[in-house]
Amino acid sequence: MENKTELPIVLEIKKVVEEAENTKTFYFDHTLNSKPGQFVMLWLPGVDEIPISVSFDDGEQFALTVFARGEASNQICGLKEGDKIGIRGPYGTMFNYAEGENLVLVGGGYGAAPLRFLANEAVKKNCKIDFMMAAKTKNKLLFVDELREMKNVTVYIATSDGSEGFKGHINETLEKVLKEKKINKIMTCGPELLMKAVGEIGDKANVQTQISIERYMKCGFGVCGQCVMDPLGIRTCVSGPVMNSKVLNMLEEFGKYRRDAEGRKQYFNK
Amino acid sequence: MANLSIKYLGAEFKNPTVLASGVTGVTAATWRSVVNSGAGGITTKSIWLNEHKGHKNPTIITTEHWMMNAVGLPDAGLEKAQQEIDEYNKTKPAPLIASVAGGTMDEFVAIAEKMKDLPIDILEINISCPNVEGEFGLPFACVAKDARKVVEEVKKVSGKKPVIVKLSPNVTDIKEIANACAEGGVDGFCLINTLGPGLYINIETRIPVLANKVGGISGPAIKPLAVKMVHDVYKATKLPIIGTGGITTGRDAIEIMMAGATLVGIGSAVYYRGLDVFRKVANEMNEWCDLNGVKDLSEIIGTVKM
Ligand SMILES: Cc1cc2nc3c(=O)[nH]c(=O)nc-3n(C[C@H](O)[C@H](O)[C@H](O)COP(=O)(O)OP(=O)(O)OC[C@H]3O[C@@H](n4cnc5c(N)ncnc54)[C@H](O)[C@@H]3O)c2cc1C
Ligand SMILES: Cc1cc2nc3c(=O)[nH]c(=O)nc-3n(C[C@H](O)[C@H](O)[C@H](O)COP(=O)(O)O)c2cc1C
Ligand code: FES
Repeated sequence: MENKTELPIVLEIKKVVEEAENTKTFYFDHTLNSKPGQFVMLWLPGVDEIPISVSFDDGEQFALTVFARGEASNQICGLKEGDKIGIRGPYGTMFNYAEGENLVLVGGGYGAAPLRFLANEAVKKNCKIDFMMAAKTKNKLLFVDELREMKNVTVYIATSDGSEGFKGHINETLEKVLKEKKINKIMTCGPELLMKAVGEIGDKANVQTQISIERYMKCGFGVCGQCVMDPLGIRTCVSGPVMNSKVLNMLEEFGKYRRDAEGRKQYFNK
Repeated sequence: MANLSIKYLGAEFKNPTVLASGVTGVTAATWRSVVNSGAGGITTKSIWLNEHKGHKNPTIITTEHWMMNAVGLPDAGLEKAQQEIDEYNKTKPAPLIASVAGGTMDEFVAIAEKMKDLPIDILEINISCPNVEGEFGLPFACVAKDARKVVEEVKKVSGKKPVIVKLSPNVTDIKEIANACAEGGVDGFCLINTLGPGLYINIETRIPVLANKVGGISGPAIKPLAVKMVHDVYKATKLPIIGTGGITTGRDAIEIMMAGATLVGIGSAVYYRGLDVFRKVANEMNEWCDLNGVKDLSEIIGTVKM
């Protein structure tokens, strides 16, 4: 039997970067061995433990980008260099691509975090990337300057209020690029209804679409059953978070509801 | 090819492996996927009459030897459970054991009464969860007269449904508790629930990792205790038992059946060997039977030579 352990290890925060309104990236000197799309369980001792995607990993350092929205994430965003947190993982599936492919990445809100890690890795494999980012307003956009400086990455922006880039839905940009270029794969992470729309566009254009799903997580390793999706009972912490749109199309709850900490259905508002 | 099928309190199990309560079993879709992974039967996560909040994360930690959890029995209550049970019943692929929980005697009776008319095969009363002690005090499974009383009261309202009790290992003499339940009219047992509670401290921060601080211990480390207690209860009562606690391989399953179990509960091993642990264990039991000339698995129940 494999030597398995799921206990948090405690790490010191090496660097904190303020990315946007209420969003910070925390860097750690630690070899995590993660792949783009995977997540860790981030433990704030005495407070909570929450799933967070890896937003950077070069083998020596890794980073997590946290959007402050509730108790734990707000407290985490208050942490400084030298403070300590625990992590376990990495867990879950990763984005898949091949050398030299043309990829479209569609990120909404903090969903840009795993896509930033993906972009960093994919350019090393000679991929060409169209990175599309959606946010409500300009000061919620993440990693824009950094991505614009990267070779082989083209950045597109859509904001609901038009404060930066295109005013309106990122979908229109996506449809346009799919018409103009030969794209091998689409990868998306963000609000579920955005990802559902991206999946539909990808399916229609016959381009494989990989979607990073977010469900309530407790263990992260397939035991608690809190993160499952109907009607197949797929555990998104082990069979996800990254799943093919073809699989998600079979899961009727995709784009409709998710379950809370007690297993009750919570419907997304359209 | 040995006959692995087992009849337990009127229900037919295609093999003796049963999903233990609380491990992945939150939704009907999951129950079905566990049956597709080879399980002979399903136990639901413990169901409450009304919503019950669990503990905050971290709720589960694991090493190669043990798992420790303080999920704290979160549940949305009867209405959600009813929906899931009805959904499962549409194409019911294997028997369903409904585990129920409560904080007080009245709550157990009320939820048991509701279960009477639902399409479930067996009612399991979970009077042994160590993770809600802070909220409700010592579990009923730790006091013989409480255990007997809850069984008596539940039997009065549960109609024709067979009733089994989930026993706690955290007692001085499990035979005494089992006998008290038997006197109360219980039809069978499931044992053991988690051991402890235990405490795991992160030494860098000097803080217990589980948000509840302490948690129930399961997994490979508790198996010898489970085997011994199953044997004790089997000897004392002769009632049919779902033997649970650290079962990970076909050999483990054979062992606990020899100690006296009729069915075999599997929980933590979902982590150690994946969701298809049920199929793996059943296949390993079958191979063992073939090698040892056992034609019908039920022959081995309680055959340990003590
Ligand atoms: C695979 C995965 C990757 C994620 N990656 C990131 C990331 O890179 N950056 C980021 O900022 N956020 C990420 N999240 C979301 C993050 O986990 C939640 O924002 C966080 O748990 C909120 O906790 P809170 O205590 O601050 O808020 P609360 O006030 O407790 O909750 C606010 C909302 O957050 C969600 N939430 C709370 N606890 C959990 C939990 N244990 N699991 C899932 N959702 C929960 C619920 O929908 C809840 O309604 C990810 C979630 C998942 C499942
Ligand atoms: C994460 C987890 C949650 C559990 N939840 C419940 C529960 O809701 N009701 C219950 O009766 N037992 C619960 N248990 C106990 C198991 O059903 C089982 O009795 C115990 O874990 C020993 O078996 P195992 O070693 O195969 O896991 C839980 C165990 C674990 C690990
Ligand atoms: S988070 Fe526990 S099973 Fe997925």
